[in-house]
Amino acid sequence: MNRTHDYIALLTESLGDRVTIREGTATNEVYLTLRQEALSVLPDTCALLTESLGAHFTTLVANDERTLNGRLSLYYVFSVPAKDLFVILQVPVDPRHMEVPSISPTLESANWFEREVKDGFGIIAFPNISPLASHPDWPEDVHPMLKDVDLKRPVPRVRGRFDFKHVEGEGVFEIPVGPVHAGIIEPGHFRFSVAGEPIINLDVQLFYTHKGTEKMAEGMDPQRAVFLAERVSGDSSFAHALAFCHALERLSGAEIPQRAVMIRTILLELERLYNHVGDVGAILLDVGYAVGAAAAAELKERLLHLNELLTGSRLLRSLAVFGGVRRDPEETASRRQMLRETLGQVERSFGDLVELVMSSSSVVDRLEGTGVLRRTDAERLGATGIVGRASGIDRDFRRDHPHCAYPYLQFTVASHDEGDVLARMQVRIDEVRQSFMMLEQMHHQHLGEAILAQRVEIPPLRQALGYVEGWRGDIVHWVMTDKSGNIFRWKVTDPSFRNWRALTVAVQNNIVPDFPVINKSFNLSYSGNDR
Amino acid sequence: MLKILKRALTIGVATSPYPASIPEPPEGLRGKPVIDFARCTACDTCAAACPTQAITVETENASVPGGPGAKHLSINYGHCIFCGECEAACPEAIHLTQEFELATARKSALTTRARFTVNREGIFILVGVEAQETSAGETLEDVGMQLREKVRQRLGRSLHIREVDAGSCNGCEVEISALNNPVHDIERFGIHFVASPRHADMLLVTGPVTRNMEIALRQTYEATPDPKLVVAVGACAIGGGIFGKSYASCGGVDTTVPVDVYIPGCPPRPEALLHGILLAIGRYPEKKKSTSMIDREV
Repeated sequence: MNRTHDYIALLTESLGDRVTIREGTATNEVYLTLRQEALSVLPDTCALLTESLGAHFTTLVANDERTLNGRLSLYYVFSVPAKDLFVILQVPVDPRHMEVPSISPTLESANWFEREVKDGFGIIAFPNISPLASHPDWPEDVHPMLKDVDLKRPVPRVRGRFDFKHVEGEGVFEIPVGPVHAGIIEPGHFRFSVAGEPIINLDVQLFYTHKGTEKMAEGMDPQRAVFLAERVSGDSSFAHALAFCHALERLSGAEIPQRAVMIRTILLELERLYNHVGDVGAILLDVGYAVGAAAAAELKERLLHLNELLTGSRLLRSLAVFGGVRRDPEETASRRQMLRETLGQVERSFGDLVELVMSSSSVVDRLEGTGVLRRTDAERLGATGIVGRASGIDRDFRRDHPHCAYPYLQFTVASHDEGDVLARMQVRIDEVRQSFMMLEQMHHQHLGEAILAQRVEIPPLRQALGYVEGWRGDIVHWVMTDKSGNIFRWKVTDPSFRNWRALTVAVQNNIVPDFPVINKSFNLSYSGNDR
Repeated sequence: MLKILKRALTIGVATSPYPASIPEPPEGLRGKPVIDFARCTACDTCAAACPTQAITVETENASVPGGPGAKHLSINYGHCIFCGECEAACPEAIHLTQEFELATARKSALTTRARFTVNREGIFILVGVEAQETSAGETLEDVGMQLREKVRQRLGRSLHIREVDAGSCNGCEVEISALNNPVHDIERFGIHFVASPRHADMLLVTGPVTRNMEIALRQTYEATPDPKLVVAVGACAIGGGIFGKSYASCGGVDTTVPVDVYIPGCPPRPEALLHGILLAIGRYPEKKKSTSMIDREV
């Protein structure tokens, strides 16, 4: 608590003349409201927070509050890892003048966020105005996230063309790829500009999987919206559902039984395991190392099967719930034993696999120095999660913003400096080992029987963040309830949204045939990005 | 190299025998929810608990004074996300079975409908259940036979699949990818995933068909040479699933291209996918217990 107060004092001292400060519903949230007359110093304020006050830009939430107070609001969310604090800078927006200065020139990681807000709400972050979420056939004046736009109403198509960055010169060609890709993956359009083999520039057009998920939740009973959160990104079903539940619990002050907290942590680590093991295999497949790829695929299948045995769902669905969990995966002695045995086998087999892979120079040579994301670029673009950690950004919400049972577990945060495909694979390998260690620490802890909190009402007109460190990185949800305790606004930030631009930088000067393995080493979610 | 050889020699066979024999499904598996209509009181609790409106209640003559005269309760497995909320809301009459082979060529076969009338005490009494599987006079096997003929004649026994994600959450992709792992190993049937629709006999489509994928899906369909099959995978692809129909979502694959087979699930587990794919090409063995089936099929 003291640390929070010290930091608030520091905020008051540095920014007191331009913002008013209040504490949020959740104890580690501080809301700053920018005074109307200080709008022009918004970029400077954000720069001050990141440069002098140890804050990292995390997400930007727009909210159409006209029905409540006659205006819209932008919430610039910053994480302060050293203090386990979130600073949320609220900027009121006048509906008659929907424009704020862009913070991207000083804080490039905000670039996509501002453009998404413009597409969704029509709030311009001047001069950062090019469309991101809206496809060219989307009418310019329709902003679906505004409250007066009907979710169900179809939007007519207009004529338009994708606006890509054109690279011209002798021998420069464009390669269009997608949205329907060659593999069993999600849709997106890539436009490569190449001179011979090397990639000069990569532009991506995403949002092919945009399903209006956030808007759909508005007015919905939060308990039901958990099912929607599970379907933000299928391979992070549990992490997203849990981040959403955390937001609800933080805004209502619900106390979660210890046993439920432990189960949630186990499930988060099981989700991390199957994805990391699968990704290691996918990277090996893309460099033609079939033996390793098959072995990893078999291990991933074993982990998915374990999930189904323990919970009834291979993707850990229908488990997270407001106030706890629906089922205890370690309910019976036989399941506890199964969990332990399977993990033991997979751990051994994975260890053998890693040894085999790392002793194969043909594999290591392909991965080393491929798709390098330099630390400066990673910092500049706000890269997060495994991508950030492979480029020397030593941040992990499990340690920096302790949640679930992580404060009680011993683990180290994996971090590598090279920023290449090998480093991203190595981070995964290290994290797999840490996961096994944590799962061992959590094995069969007696913490009472209750897995669901006493019924707690979800209060009206409250807002809070909910977050977890998913396998890709930090997943951050922001939830505000309406007058009857249903969802007023729900903003989902998947780490992929913050890492896509880093991918386009990492592929530069690499050859086209290496793109698949670089892409796989990022393994970003399209659906989590597009929602 | 020697290490690899040693591995290969010691690891043995990982492949599952499905569909020649069905491996015991895990005890907690959430499969097809079944309503025991004899115990059902048409109280709407399950419909209210269902997040995807897979269970719906329609009331006849709602405007007539003296209350409703009759109710229809329907359960549509195509929309079901197998969350188990209905069972939790009404453990007396609803039970999630372990049945997961739910694929069908006829969409109407996914719906079971029961009719209730009200008696003098105001209690709803079951009148009848229409399980659509048998009502249309054409059985699943008939449809399967027709398809089998169509496909066998023209495509032969090797099938090439192009997977199309038309806006899914990636859950279905996780499971479809699993078909390529050593355990499910779809290639043992001579079935391959190919990189282009121009090489494909079948489109395996996931997702509710977002507005932004609608044109791409149609173009992919057109690029696929005839004869072709379209299989809709998962609740979203069947009827929009939890995302339904909105400014961003068309609400199912058959809103955009014709569909031959529907595979329910959210997502369908790999065996359920195999069941649907094999059903679509008429190669799902009719006698599941015969263990020699795999050898014969391969």
